[in-house]
Amino acid sequence: MIYQDSKTLLAVRGLHATVNGIEILKGMDLTVKSGEVHAIMGPNGSGKSTFAKVLAGHPAYEVSGGEVVFEGNNLLELKPEARARAGVFLGFQYPIEIPGVANSQFLRLAYNTAQAQRGQDELDPLEFDDFVREKMKLLEMNPDFLDRSVNEGFSGGEKKRNEILQMALLEPKLAILDETDSGLDIDALRIVANGINQLANKDNAIVLVTHYQRLLNYIVPDYVHVMESGRIVKTGGKELALELEARGYDWVGSELKANARVSI
Amino acid sequence: MTTAATTSYLDRLLQGQPPASPLSWLNQLRANAVDRVGALTVPTTRDEDWRFTDISPLTKLSFQPAQGVPPLAPATVGQWAIPEAAARLVFVDGIFAPEHSFNHAGLTVENLASGMIRHGAAVQAHLGRHAGFEQNAFAALNTAFLHDGALIVAPRDMALAAPVHLLFIATRKHTASYPRCLVIAESGSALTLVEDFVALQSEAYFTNAVTEMALAGNAQVHHVRVQRDGAEAFHIGNCAVSLAQASRYHSVSVALGARISRHNLGVVLAAEGAECSVDGLALIGGQQLADSHTLIDHAMPQGKSRQMHKCIVDGAARAVFNGNIMVRAGAQRTDSSQSSRNLLLSGKARVDTKPQLEIFADDVKCAHGATVGQLDVDEVFYLKSRGLSDTAARNLLTYAFGAEVIERISVASLRNRLEQAVLAQTQTAAPGAARLS
Repeated sequence: MIYQDSKTLLAVRGLHATVNGIEILKGMDLTVKSGEVHAIMGPNGSGKSTFAKVLAGHPAYEVSGGEVVFEGNNLLELKPEARARAGVFLGFQYPIEIPGVANSQFLRLAYNTAQAQRGQDELDPLEFDDFVREKMKLLEMNPDFLDRSVNEGFSGGEKKRNEILQMALLEPKLAILDETDSGLDIDALRIVANGINQLANKDNAIVLVTHYQRLLNYIVPDYVHVMESGRIVKTGGKELALELEARGYDWVGSELKANARVSI
Repeated sequence: MTTAATTSYLDRLLQGQPPASPLSWLNQLRANAVDRVGALTVPTTRDEDWRFTDISPLTKLSFQPAQGVPPLAPATVGQWAIPEAAARLVFVDGIFAPEHSFNHAGLTVENLASGMIRHGAAVQAHLGRHAGFEQNAFAALNTAFLHDGALIVAPRDMALAAPVHLLFIATRKHTASYPRCLVIAESGSALTLVEDFVALQSEAYFTNAVTEMALAGNAQVHHVRVQRDGAEAFHIGNCAVSLAQASRYHSVSVALGARISRHNLGVVLAAEGAECSVDGLALIGGQQLADSHTLIDHAMPQGKSRQMHKCIVDGAARAVFNGNIMVRAGAQRTDSSQSSRNLLLSGKARVDTKPQLEIFADDVKCAHGATVGQLDVDEVFYLKSRGLSDTAARNLLTYAFGAEVIERISVASLRNRLEQAVLAQTQTAAPGAARLS
């Protein structure tokens, strides 16, 4: 939701990034204020997921230009773990499976790291078990998932619920959710979206990276951005998503080219 | 090193042999072994079987069997106690310590010297029959010293969930010990055996162990072998297992200690429908070398074998895995799989892994694979993106890699203790490293 007195959480200006020497982000601009929900849409290969990973600090991506300011600090100077501790959360498109590490163990480790950062008490395994079971109700998750290895053998929907569970535990200021809707059936989509909505408040912000409009039926964005060729080419309100759903992405590109000709 | 020098090294090791036994067949077995020791030499890296394992540092030192052992306080032994154990035999520097041992009604768990007299025929039928020493200098040496050890006989149809614990404690430097263990699982019996090699000191000593197991029809043995010898120890272990019809053998071997260790495990599926799982973990660092050679010999039809061997290698350490799966002509409908996975934690760490499939039957299912690598970048990033430090993320992933093997140990207290040991070894001290426990 847009608030009048909200402060700027994230300011991305002219961001360029490469992977394996190929430039993917080519002058990305985005400003996100607390309380807001942004949706970044765009065709495959437009750079949406790259943008999400660059914000989280994935080592495979190299920033070649521009700046990212998070709460007044240069985010790009921080290591991935420091970004997480500062309140940046990436919900993975493909959450990683970690055989041999119990999910409960991993969740508690992540939670306690965040608690230490917030200057609050860490929880022992028993205390954490009670706490996490409450959080799991939000996502209608079976507690059996605590005893299994992290994401191992989870279905697509279970993995995404587990991502949002981590978001619920870490309470980030900025959550970037990369294709959280992919691989979800309609019931799982509703549950996951409901969980995200309950976590949204006026002090945090959510950036939804998505290919399809359907997630936005459940999580209503304040802004919809269209990415193409590594930058945002169009920004609108929630109605833009419906237009994209109806007309596809091609018209955005041709409109852009037409405007470019006019400006020349 | 010349051949003459190595031969004389083995001859020197032969000094201090035990006196003749009242059992003539045992004296004959020992004499045969002494002959083989005389004919064989200490293997070198020119031997195909020892290509990657240079045992020559052993020959720079001299070792003698212990003569009498100092008494150990119960609390000293108690630090390695397994609370679930139904029976325990303790050996101190290779010498049986009855005051720390206890047995269990219903099965035979006793020292071999007295067991050989009570169960003469059964022991004679198996002792020295499974662990061949014709071409194996260390097995020959162990057999040359054969006079005591552990005897476990699980009678027909006796199933015991609680483990039998064999604890080998090294207390003095420069000693050579020759642990010997014979397990006879009669038909339909079920048994869990833990062989545990520990040390009270960190200077050089030499452990040269041989274990033989015979599983009769439908018998089941879960065998856990933990080698956590001292930092300068030399550890050679030979284990030979024979599986009769529809018997099942599950083995988990963990190598944490010793400067140089070599474990040979041979399992013969000698009758139809036998099954085995042979899992291993080597977790080493510094200048350690841990070598595991396994042979799973499918000699008869419809056998099933599963193998997962893992190595975690840090520092300038070196791990060796040679996993031979033999499927003999006629061993039709064999179902076998093997995986060798290896994690190198430093630029100087090294692993030599050699899966070896020899298949002479045509109706078989055999799968194998080997990987050598470092921690997965995406796994590390995933954990870091949740706020874990680089060290904490790497420690957790390394721990998880090893825990997959440890989890297969059925004895809860030992499993927990080994998980802690893996944690301790994988949690390189670093500020801000998150603790799992």
